[in-house]
Amino acid sequence: MDLFAVILVEILYSIASLILISAGLAVVFGMMKVINLAHGEFMMLGGYATIVAVNQGVNVFIAMLVIAPITVGLIGLVVERLVIRHLYGRLVDTMLATWGISLLFIGLATMIFGNTTTGISTPISGFSVGTYQINGYNFFIILVAMVLVLGLYIVLKLTRLGLIARGAMQRADMAAALGYSPSRIYMATFFCGAALSGLAGAVLAPLVGLVPTSGGAYIAKAFITVIAGGPSLIAGLASSAGLFGVTSQVFAFSISPMAGEIALLVAAVVLLRLMPQGITGRFFKGKV
Amino acid sequence: MIVNRRQLLAGTSALAAAGLVRPAFAAGDTIKVGSILDTSGIFDAYGKPMDMALRLAVKEINAAGGLLGKQLEVIAYDTQSDMALYTQYGQQLTRQDKVDVVHGGILSASREAIRQTMRKTRTPYFYNVLYEGGVCDRNIFINGVTPAQQVEALVPYAMGKSGKKVYILAADYNYGQITARWIQKIVTDNGGEIVGMDFFPLDVADFGATIAKVQTAAPDLVIAPLVGGAHLSFFRQWAAAGMKDKIALASTTLGVGNEHKVLTAEEGDGIMVAYNYSQDLETPANADFKGRWAEEYGDANAIHEIAVSNYQGVHTWAEAVRKAGTTERGALIEAMESGIAIDGPSGRIAVDPKTHHAVLDVHIMEFENQKMKVIETLTQRQPIDTQSVCDLRANPDDNTQYEIQI
Repeated sequence: MDLFAVILVEILYSIASLILISAGLAVVFGMMKVINLAHGEFMMLGGYATIVAVNQGVNVFIAMLVIAPITVGLIGLVVERLVIRHLYGRLVDTMLATWGISLLFIGLATMIFGNTTTGISTPISGFSVGTYQINGYNFFIILVAMVLVLGLYIVLKLTRLGLIARGAMQRADMAAALGYSPSRIYMATFFCGAALSGLAGAVLAPLVGLVPTSGGAYIAKAFITVIAGGPSLIAGLASSAGLFGVTSQVFAFSISPMAGEIALLVAAVVLLRLMPQGITGRFFKGKV
Repeated sequence: MIVNRRQLLAGTSALAAAGLVRPAFAAGDTIKVGSILDTSGIFDAYGKPMDMALRLAVKEINAAGGLLGKQLEVIAYDTQSDMALYTQYGQQLTRQDKVDVVHGGILSASREAIRQTMRKTRTPYFYNVLYEGGVCDRNIFINGVTPAQQVEALVPYAMGKSGKKVYILAADYNYGQITARWIQKIVTDNGGEIVGMDFFPLDVADFGATIAKVQTAAPDLVIAPLVGGAHLSFFRQWAAAGMKDKIALASTTLGVGNEHKVLTAEEGDGIMVAYNYSQDLETPANADFKGRWAEEYGDANAIHEIAVSNYQGVHTWAEAVRKAGTTERGALIEAMESGIAIDGPSGRIAVDPKTHHAVLDVHIMEFENQKMKVIETLTQRQPIDTQSVCDLRANPDDNTQYEIQI
């Protein structure tokens, strides 16, 4: 029974971390059709922003939930103005440009922070469930992911801003004809996407050893989750993260962590073979 | 700038002349020490202190009057963490610069990229890094600890402190695999039992499932030969789950890149390790060494295990040159094989003539307050793993890296 509870928490945590890792990319790639290969580096920068802020004496939760997203969002804004805005609609070109940006960020982070592993310790202590110990921080990650999904849903579905953003993504010319500047909407959306990536990097930072190349570890999973999710942003994100989280953890527990990683990739390949448009290309059609 | 033909000719001929004159002037006056290390790129955390250590050693030898009445000259190349550059610079050092000795290489891949070049050009090669063991080649000398030396010291101590049921979590490549096999052997030899073993690719950073799985196996001790930044997450998540006070933890890798300074005291305290060197070794030789390092570079924080190995490698070579009275390869190797030894910051380092590996002190340590506190020193441990497969006395022409069967 205790073990069952532990496994359940780990599965929820796994789903939550996939949602966090992928949310920023879902906005930038899923909504804006910009293949952002620098997504992992945005996360890495979020991690460093947190660590720097904490070392300056800032409360760790403020650093993670406020400072890191805003910092990375602003960096994203600069990137959008200088590079991305010239490349909207040119899928392959954005890929090349953002790959260059990712290399630039890795280089800059290495110059500033050095090529050594850094990190902060988790602010929430572990506790026991029966005879087992659970990482208390897992619950924080699960909570953040839930709030994030809910928040995204409310903004996109129920607010005028979300409506305008979705409209501009579908038909930029119509949005412009109705008096909204697509350029500014794109800018704002990219800011949000980058900020979400920064947030993810920040809340995951206490769990990992951070190096300038850390972003590489996230990028594959993020793309797999977003692509498998399909056209609907939130329904796609939640359903594919759910599927992959359960698959990888079940295999990790029953066989080995290595098998969990493999199971995730195999599940993605099979899924895209059966549903080339992603999960929400077939189910939950027309949802946000 | 517009350059006319006359200026160009004048310029290039002056350059060429300078190029011609310099070696002619330098030859015979100095002994050339080749160094080949990654001092930039992703392995620079290892390479930079190693380079500093080599230069410090050379400076000391020069200040004491050099070797055989000549000053040492360092010819160093930065391989930029790119394995392809090792081949190129290895050729350059041996064929163009014609150095008398080469120190360097960090990863096993980099060593194997240049080892044959060194052998063919008959340039003595010193690889001063801890590694997986098994290289058998009369042209190379290795002074880092091998898995058996470490594990043989660490496991009995850690089991004595915790218990007989052991769980192994290892990095999934040759170092981790080989080390895990040694741990298995030593644990069983000491009457223990392996209750579980998992291997992780180098980019795995999420150990939640693993930590739960370890708990279901309920071991007394976890031994973790995990490698690199992503794997550091394990130690962090282990502490975050509150496991640290429940199950004892030992590692064969944590601390080599000064990781004990990255983990907080709460995360690190009590983790057991075994190495040839720690900054916190309280010996006069180490205090003296740290003083000299600090004088040269400002502070002594950068020093780590393999920087000290590199420093001791240079001094061992110098000792052999003094003994042989020449830098010529044949005489040098004979001098090295004569049971030569130096006393370095990490203790006494002797050359094992049979394997060209090192007989050295292994210090059992525990993390305490972001330091590695020395608990016990096992003196003069033999490289038993490589000795089981390699005998250069019997087969001087051997040129293999053996996979050690356990």
